[in-house]
Amino acid sequence: MAAAANQSNGKAILLRIAELRAWVFLILLIVFFEVWSRAAYDVTFILNPYNVTAIAVAATAPLVLALGQTFVIISAGIDLSLGFVMGFASVIAAHMANYAAAQLGLPPFPAMLFGVLSGVGMAMIPGLVNGWLIAQLKVPPFIGTLGMYGVARGSAYLIAGGMTIAISNPWYSTIGNDRVLGVPVLVILAAICCVVLHYMLSQTRFGQHTYAMGASKAAASRAGINIKKLTIKIYVLSAVMAGIAGVLYTGRFSAGAPQAGEPLLLLSIAAVVIGGASLFGGSGTIWGTVAGALVIAVIDYGLVFVDVEPFWQFIAVGSVIIVSVLVDQAQRRFMGGRQVE
Amino acid sequence: MSEHAPILSVRNVSKHFGGVQALDRVSLDVFPGEVVALAGDNGAGKSTIIKAISGVFSYEDGDILLDGKRIAFATPQEARDNGIETIYQDLALADNLSIGANIFLGREPMKRLFGFLPVIDRRKMADVAQETMRRLDFHVERLDAPVAAFSGGQRQAVAIGRAMYWNARLVIMDEPTAALGVPEQRKVISLIQSLKAEGKGIIFISHNLGDIFEVADRIVVFRRGENAGERKPKETTGDEIVRMMVGK
Repeated sequence: MAAAANQSNGKAILLRIAELRAWVFLILLIVFFEVWSRAAYDVTFILNPYNVTAIAVAATAPLVLALGQTFVIISAGIDLSLGFVMGFASVIAAHMANYAAAQLGLPPFPAMLFGVLSGVGMAMIPGLVNGWLIAQLKVPPFIGTLGMYGVARGSAYLIAGGMTIAISNPWYSTIGNDRVLGVPVLVILAAICCVVLHYMLSQTRFGQHTYAMGASKAAASRAGINIKKLTIKIYVLSAVMAGIAGVLYTGRFSAGAPQAGEPLLLLSIAAVVIGGASLFGGSGTIWGTVAGALVIAVIDYGLVFVDVEPFWQFIAVGSVIIVSVLVDQAQRRFMGGRQVE
Repeated sequence: MSEHAPILSVRNVSKHFGGVQALDRVSLDVFPGEVVALAGDNGAGKSTIIKAISGVFSYEDGDILLDGKRIAFATPQEARDNGIETIYQDLALADNLSIGANIFLGREPMKRLFGFLPVIDRRKMADVAQETMRRLDFHVERLDAPVAAFSGGQRQAVAIGRAMYWNARLVIMDEPTAALGVPEQRKVISLIQSLKAEGKGIIFISHNLGDIFEVADRIVVFRRGENAGERKPKETTGDEIVRMMVGK
């Protein structure tokens, strides 16, 4: 028994290290680009505050999407509709802010608030439908959310009339482009989202049950957890985060665009996986996802900074995703955990 | 035993699935501190009766009495709230969570951080895990390790510990020794004995006659959804039980 306890002791320590692997990788990556830019151009990469800010801002949109996706993936699901739910919310947020200003005669701040609440609120609808399809009608998450990907995409283009909706609301530009004490408002808002979702995942029953469901739906439901309700909550949360990402986009570009989140869906999944979550469910953390999103942003920005052709970004990020999944599988085999073939 | 009232009393319970008579007027008593083994071939109705008791299925005729009161639970959760805990063959643990988190799964204790922010009380979960595992004579060093890191027998102890902590009156165990190595089986048998010593009523289902004879106070045999007889282990043999199971 003592040997077994020692063994589980050792495994638990290794598990801790494995949880930090995305942060270790991020640091190595930063060192790599620092050495490269000093060697090639004799300039610093990471000590330049302009670069740090640019990386942080670039990471916000995929990160906010990835935060919701983290819950979905931990529950052993996947949400493919996120990118276009984001576009949908972005269009609604722009449209409703314009409507509030022009038709209702609201001043800029309430008009912005009206737009933001409408965008995030309407984003809950696709989330509810996703959850209902998956929980009640037993549609596999991959298919249910793929269907919603199309529906949200079409709805966003229809509402926008196939164009982007320009807005001129100073409060939206504050969200998207202003700084507080030198820190971009976008980054502050994304950081608040991280803290709130970290709290929900690690400190509440909702988060604990999400982990349990991802490990074993049968165990969770035998323990009295209402799996249907939980599933719906998880997909609504994911859609709300997509809604927030859409609103942030509208702020950043002073426009609502149906295609706002198009390239971000896969990046959001990549951030979660690089962050150490398993696509089989049951593991993952918000801080891991934060590191995952930063890894992607550093690769993208770093390669541009050292003047590598931009197409290498896709290859680099793709390779990192594959390696992350391989590391995850090796880790599971080593831990003797459930191996899903 | 006769001076006690039974914890659980099943009286002439019947259940159909379409045209199939799964249970035909079966009866069964479980007294405090008693292990009742349910024996029977596949399809004899063992699983059906425990599911009727634990709220997975409803039953049609007859009565199931818990402490003398008729029960008909709509959900397993309701049965659990009334002190009936079922331990399944495949354990029903969340592998990625700690012992404490599994004991409290679905009923996590909360505390308030800084006086207002509700958070899961992990300290309490770890303390309870340690205390419960000590009662089962099972010592762990790392209470935050996921249960995937433990062996089958240790995991079975977690499931039994959960029943113990929540003060189950009646513990139903469906094949608790299946898929375990021999030393682990011994450990589970001794866990059942600790439950018994705490005065719980236990229903034990097993295909392993050796385990049944070792741990049971009474053996109730089912055949094709009916009572085929009842024996005390000391007054019968494995051959006789098998004959009762197959009806010869």
